[in-house]
Amino acid sequence: MPEIKVTPLGAGQDVGRSCILVSIGGKNIMLDCGMHMGYNDDRRFPDFSYITQNGRLTDFLDCVIISHFHLDHCGALPYMSEMVGYDGPIYMTHPTKAICPILLEDFRKITVDKKGETNFFTSQMIKDCMKKVIPLNLHQTVQVDDELEIKAYYAGHVLGAAMVHIKVGSESVVYTGDYNMTPDRHLGAAWIDKCRPDILISESTYATTIRDSKRCRERDFLKKVHETIERGGKVLIPVFALGRAQELCILLETFWERMNLKAPIYFSTGLTEKANHYYKLFITWTNQKIRKTFVQRNMFEFKHIKAFDRSYADNPGPMVVFATPGMLHAGQSLQIFKKWAGNEKNMVIMPGYCVQGTIGHKILNGQRKLEMEGRATSVTLCCPLAPIKLQIVLDVKLQVEYMSFSAHADAKGIMQLIRMAEPRNMVLVHGEAVKMEFLKGKIEQEFNCYMPANGETITVTTNPSVPVDISLNLLKREMALGGPLPDPKKPRTMHGTLIMKENSLKLVSSEQALKELGLNEHQLRFTCRVQLQDPHSDPDTLHRIYTHLKSVLKGYTIQHLPDGTVMVESIVIKVSSSAEDTNTKVLLLSWSYQVKYFQCSYLTDGLYRD
Amino acid sequence: SRHLVLANSVSLYCLSGHPTLPCNVLKFKSTTIMLDCGLDTTSVLNFLPLPLVHSPRLSKLPGWVSKDGTVNLEKELKECAGRVFVDSQPEFCLPERELLDLSTIDVILISNYHCMMALPYITEHTGFTGTVYATEPTLQIGRLLMEELVNFMERVPKAQSATCWKNKEIQRMLPGPLKDAVDVWTWKRCYSMQEVNSALSKVQLVGYSQKVELFGAVQISPLSSGYSLGSSNWIIQSHHEKVSYVSGSSLLTTHPQPMDQSSLKNSDVLILTGLTQMPTANPDGMLGEFCSNLAMTIRAGGNVLVPCYSSGVIYDLLECLYQFIESASLGTTPFYFISPVANSSLEFSQIFAEWLCHNKQTKVYLPEPPFPHAELIQTNKLKHYPSIHGDFSSEFRQPCVVFTGHPSLRFGDVVHFMELWGKSSLNTIIFTEPDFSYLDALAPYQPLAMKCVYCPIDTRLNFHQVSKLLKEVQPVHVVCPEQYTQPPLTQSHRSDLMLELQPPPMPYRRCSVLNLPFRRRYERVYILPELANSLVPSEIKPGISVATVSAVLHSKDNKHTLQSVPKPPPAPPTKKRKRVMEEPPVVLAPKPLLSGAVPLEAFLATLQKHGITEVKVEETADGHILHLQAEDTLIQLEEDGTHIVCDNNEPLRTTLRDLVLRFLQKL
Repeated sequence: MPEIKVTPLGAGQDVGRSCILVSIGGKNIMLDCGMHMGYNDDRRFPDFSYITQNGRLTDFLDCVIISHFHLDHCGALPYMSEMVGYDGPIYMTHPTKAICPILLEDFRKITVDKKGETNFFTSQMIKDCMKKVIPLNLHQTVQVDDELEIKAYYAGHVLGAAMVHIKVGSESVVYTGDYNMTPDRHLGAAWIDKCRPDILISESTYATTIRDSKRCRERDFLKKVHETIERGGKVLIPVFALGRAQELCILLETFWERMNLKAPIYFSTGLTEKANHYYKLFITWTNQKIRKTFVQRNMFEFKHIKAFDRSYADNPGPMVVFATPGMLHAGQSLQIFKKWAGNEKNMVIMPGYCVQGTIGHKILNGQRKLEMEGRATSVTLCCPLAPIKLQIVLDVKLQVEYMSFSAHADAKGIMQLIRMAEPRNMVLVHGEAVKMEFLKGKIEQEFNCYMPANGETITVTTNPSVPVDISLNLLKREMALGGPLPDPKKPRTMHGTLIMKENSLKLVSSEQALKELGLNEHQLRFTCRVQLQDPHSDPDTLHRIYTHLKSVLKGYTIQHLPDGTVMVESIVIKVSSSAEDTNTKVLLLSWSYQVKYFQCSYLTDGLYRD
Repeated sequence: SRHLVLANSVSLYCLSGHPTLPCNVLKFKSTTIMLDCGLDTTSVLNFLPLPLVHSPRLSKLPGWVSKDGTVNLEKELKECAGRVFVDSQPEFCLPERELLDLSTIDVILISNYHCMMALPYITEHTGFTGTVYATEPTLQIGRLLMEELVNFMERVPKAQSATCWKNKEIQRMLPGPLKDAVDVWTWKRCYSMQEVNSALSKVQLVGYSQKVELFGAVQISPLSSGYSLGSSNWIIQSHHEKVSYVSGSSLLTTHPQPMDQSSLKNSDVLILTGLTQMPTANPDGMLGEFCSNLAMTIRAGGNVLVPCYSSGVIYDLLECLYQFIESASLGTTPFYFISPVANSSLEFSQIFAEWLCHNKQTKVYLPEPPFPHAELIQTNKLKHYPSIHGDFSSEFRQPCVVFTGHPSLRFGDVVHFMELWGKSSLNTIIFTEPDFSYLDALAPYQPLAMKCVYCPIDTRLNFHQVSKLLKEVQPVHVVCPEQYTQPPLTQSHRSDLMLELQPPPMPYRRCSVLNLPFRRRYERVYILPELANSLVPSEIKPGISVATVSAVLHSKDNKHTLQSVPKPPPAPPTKKRKRVMEEPPVVLAPKPLLSGAVPLEAFLATLQKHGITEVKVEETADGHILHLQAEDTLIQLEEDGTHIVCDNNEPLRTTLRDLVLRFLQKL
């Protein structure tokens, strides 16, 4: 029986470093190749040694597919392709292909330039890696090779996010990446057709949550920002440069416009304008409303939102700052956070999920004292030359708010996607084990649901139908017997010969099979003699036999042929008298091997009866 | 409900005779598929131009009266420079609507935005309930072109609708080319915006290489054709037949994604339309001439008028000018693009990264706009206006270059510039669109002083390219408009300007109905796993195995599956013999056909093993006869047959049968 195997190397019962291996129909596919924001050591990247202990991955993988540009889905890609070694095709959508290298470069800079790590991928490696990328269009069927085909669907998580349908023969798997089932201010909702995959691999970030309406969350968010501004406080919103940032910018921009607010809104890093350019050029990936009106008004040209300069952080008075990265694990958002954390008038709003180990995760769990590593430059350092990392304790006094704006499907959304795709099995990844259990329980009421840990393989047995080419003559003969559509209540049996030659399977009538294979038919016949006493002439005897059989064998075709034979179906009966005694007749019954269920005795019994 | 159709016939109904504005209907398996619905707009050349502002010249043209004075149509027909024009809202020649019932069309496949302009005539008021398939750029730009057409017509409403001239008796007496116009009664005015919206609401978007199933019987898939943004060829196939529809394709590297040629391979039938209308004009040469004539006129202080469509070649012209402007020191010359959809067309061109050639895609990744006209606009070198009214009239500076429609010169803002600039020989009109004869287009403006330059740019396949392509993809049969099977009338010696193929292409003309040659012999059926697992294959020849199959056939939505035969219910407790005698038994698998021969020595050895030792062998002409003396039984062994003559001894017969079968192959 064919099997499909799924092994997460990352994102198994966890969020971060998404990387899932799928083996289907003899093909091996890697889905996503992400990094983990919670770790700075080996655990940062998926454990590729699972695939092979020595050497390159090219021979072991047929293709790599990246679902979207978030680093926890693509952050390990240059490491995998350039440092471990992979030269096969990497697939991603156009927006992902455009944006992914920028975020990778950003990640590299923070890691190498700021934290001073060595043995990390270089800018050149990012470029070389991107050369291996083949862009995917939505709904296009891409033939990776003769047997493996993939098709991307809109996922609505960030610009260019895609779900992917992977198919070999009649077996298939859908991988969702991250997705969102409700349209928001700039993206549409995820959609997939009823493709009935053998396995649906779904993210489950919000597996236990059924979120209240988006409007409530937006109102709450705006209220909190507004209140802080009113009391002269500063609002820090850690975001990733692309994605929620644009959503929240649109939200604040419209609010500022409506309320005629004057407090400045800043967006950190020079990426803003560039980021917005991507949204403008890939406008076909945004939601219906933005697409329809983009000629008149481009939603990504902001009036109130200005570029941030590091010096502004010390300016007096209220302000709102969007700063990267989103989980407060490094970079500008962390720097600003450190500056503002001591003032209870200020506020930090975490608009998305934070993985374990990040500052974002810690403060969301109520930690108010944070131990920080600082490459100290301050006066507290006694010996300026000491190569020491200082432990600084940071008191968190500012208000910490969490507002779930990440565009992930919640429990309801996940169930919705299941209804759309109608999978036979479900695998949950990209979520926390405890939360997954809850959803698993719900799903298992309907079908099998798995939640493998990293390095753990689950196996699903598939039962594919076998496609065969049936000769039109045979099919027509079948149709002719029962009208245009066979009656489902009276199934009829069709018989034929299946010819298996190389990769082709042909179903033809037995006669045609003989012809096609250039074989002669071998006739196997049987003849049996039966004696009986009858005083009539031979023809009369034959006629008597005919009448008799007619009366006892109902439902059979019985014919009296002019050449002096009687045929019961295809059994031939002849009569001759014995030379010595004309009253003793010899019946010759002759039939071929193909005659159905004939036993000579039936007929002779029939003749002897009465 | 859709009945399963196993008929082999595939037919093609040809509703348009225009080779580049095709409209064909393919009946394939149980589906009716319209391939494009091009609108033949050359009919508008018979009409008088629609001026945006009152034109004293046009209003003073004399009416037409027949020479003998018997027919007076001075209200409907006007004479200009020896030609007669209809003074009425221009009308279009529609695809044939009588050849088949348009309400039976299941789907319409659109190949590019120029080939969909008749869509509202097909989908509205005809009972059409199907789906239209097109790519996103085709839909968006097609919508702009329709919107522009409607706008051109509606902003200069004409009360009069001329119909008298269409009377057969009268038309006969008119001078050419009106006299020779065909089917004039079926010509129609332009549709409304409401009809456009309704028609376009029926469009379902598709991407290149997307596979769309129609009723489970047919799969369609668009392929990049390299001609314009989102332009496609189509594959229409079942598991065993493949029709390729090639329409408006290009192998030149301009802005669209390159043509996908390899997917056209293995076609049973290839329908070929939309070849270049200018087979002797090289697009690059024309582009060069365009630039040099433009520069010459501007330097001499004249204006340049470029009648054009609002999307397509104009993007390439602007890109070419972007590089040319500085070197030709035209940096201060204003370039104007005037169309109700000018802004939208320029904006839309920048957002279709997926549909562009590789170079342009790379620019988007930076992120920069793929077309340099963004920079021309930013630096104020190119300005666009919805019409000559409003801002344009106050900002307009001469000498300048104006791009505007419609290329027929019968409506749109171009009519105004013809009236304005036609009298001066300093000015130049440069024709770049190949759809209209420039002499016919200019006829109602004669006499003209302005210079005319004809640089038609048609990037579609020429005959040389298409022969090469066909050699490569090797379709079994080619179907094409009859125009492609002979050299053009004006160049009858140019046998290189026609398709020469073996077997010769099947030509069509307006109203043809062709039966396409298919030798369909197979259909796809799926064997369910349970049945598949129960099959017992045996090797017949090296690498070839066979298995006999007995199964129940289920057919639903044109999909066939084979299932195991359900086990018969247990026999009722009646006397077995009686049941067997009086009813035909439940049909179980029949015995297979046999093949091979029974070898004498080996067979005798086998008999011996089974205790049959007294065998007398007699040689005959065709083989041997074996007498099984103890059993009083004969076995006749021949090359292609075995005959067992055995009296009422069922167990023996069964044993012998099985021994014989050991040596034979079962099919």
